[in-house]
Amino acid sequence: MRITVDRNKCTGLGICESLAPDVFEINDDGELVLTAEVPDGQLDDVEAAVSGCPTEALRLEQS
Amino acid sequence: MSRENLVVVGASLAGLRAVEAARKAGFRGAITLVGAEEHLPYDRPPLSKSFLDDRDPEPPVFRTESVLRDDLGVELSLGTPATGLDVAGKQVRVGERCLDYDALVIATGATARTLPGSQHLAGVHTVRTLDDAVAVRKALDAGARTLVVGAGFIGSEIASGARARGLDVTVVEAQATPLVRAVGEVMGSACSRLHHDNGTDLRCGVGVQRVEGDGRVERVVLSDGSVIDAELVVVGIGATPATDWLRDSGLTLDSLDNGVVCDETLCTGAEGVYAAGDVARWHNPVFERAMRLEHWTSAAEQGALAARNALDPAAATPYRTVPYFWSDVYGSRIQFVGVPASDEVRVVEGDPDRGGRIVALYREGDRLAGALTINGQNVIMKYRGLITKATSWPDALAFAEQRRAVAT
Repeated sequence: MRITVDRNKCTGLGICESLAPDVFEINDDGELVLTAEVPDGQLDDVEAAVSGCPTEALRLEQS
Repeated sequence: MSRENLVVVGASLAGLRAVEAARKAGFRGAITLVGAEEHLPYDRPPLSKSFLDDRDPEPPVFRTESVLRDDLGVELSLGTPATGLDVAGKQVRVGERCLDYDALVIATGATARTLPGSQHLAGVHTVRTLDDAVAVRKALDAGARTLVVGAGFIGSEIASGARARGLDVTVVEAQATPLVRAVGEVMGSACSRLHHDNGTDLRCGVGVQRVEGDGRVERVVLSDGSVIDAELVVVGIGATPATDWLRDSGLTLDSLDNGVVCDETLCTGAEGVYAAGDVARWHNPVFERAMRLEHWTSAAEQGALAARNALDPAAATPYRTVPYFWSDVYGSRIQFVGVPASDEVRVVEGDPDRGGRIVALYREGDRLAGALTINGQNVIMKYRGLITKATSWPDALAFAEQRRAVAT
């Protein structure tokens, strides 16, 4: 599964980072950096991050 | 027992997430979503933030009517509030109708507190609903001199929105320091600096004596005798759980704030009845205490979990969370995770007396219990992770030291 972020929506709140810290991180500029693919065994955490995003900026797609 | 009728009372974030989670979990029965307002479910945080910009924003509606009705198969009952609950007969009363349920999620949220003796005047508003925000926007568009009652987060955001348009703003706060209950004294004072730094006239330790005007607000008289002219008065003095309709239901309401008392799985104790969002007072296992949160994140998560638990009580799971909220004021972002424990508050980055970026940690016993940042997006969620893992205070301080060393 591939993760995409809509940069027009993301405001760097970082809830995703707290739910799946291996995948998401807010960098020193306050911007989201993320891995493109969902690491093995982390789909549940990433799904929680996607639905936990207050700006609905994250999406999961079949890669 | 297989369930056929899910009723969700409350059509805001928690209610919407309840509906979506039920379908995601494979529930094929009937779902009715009951909302007091005419509007489709919409998002509230923007109402006091981006919605007040001087651009022309769209109402922050979550899903179209067609997605709700056709894709999710939800019967929408909007525009009439629920007025009663019969847990023995398993019915919710909505106007003239009685809805049967075998699973029920209560997500009626909270109602903004109003200022006694002011509601009859035009130009006096709370900001809880979309209609409220539209009215406030309109007043800001007209260049209203603005007075905000309450220097909490909502009030501060309104003040910030008005200042962004160059309007004169006064904020009146009854407490000596704003936000003490939310973030403690030191950081409450740090947050209130933002008002001064951005040209808002913040007056603490004064109350509102009366709001005057002829049909429309013209001025506000404060408890210290001063008089402030205002065309817009926004009242941000908190909210109370919207549970009046449950008064005769037999459900346990909290003796202090009327929240719906739930166990750790969000169950109210009545069969099939769960609560979520601002109304729910539940036992949070992470902190081993009862809490009621008025935060976006917990409303979303509780809504989804309450529906799953209501539909399959035998497999019900607890709601565990490290509370999180954020606020955007004057171009700064305030974020808080955990609980504002008062055993010790340690500023580990920045200086509350100087403004700018600040990171503060909250200790309870020997553990890290909370963290607050102003413009600290790159660290706040790392502290949320540490709190989730019950990190000790010395380890948290060591982490802070390490971050500081990297940053300099």
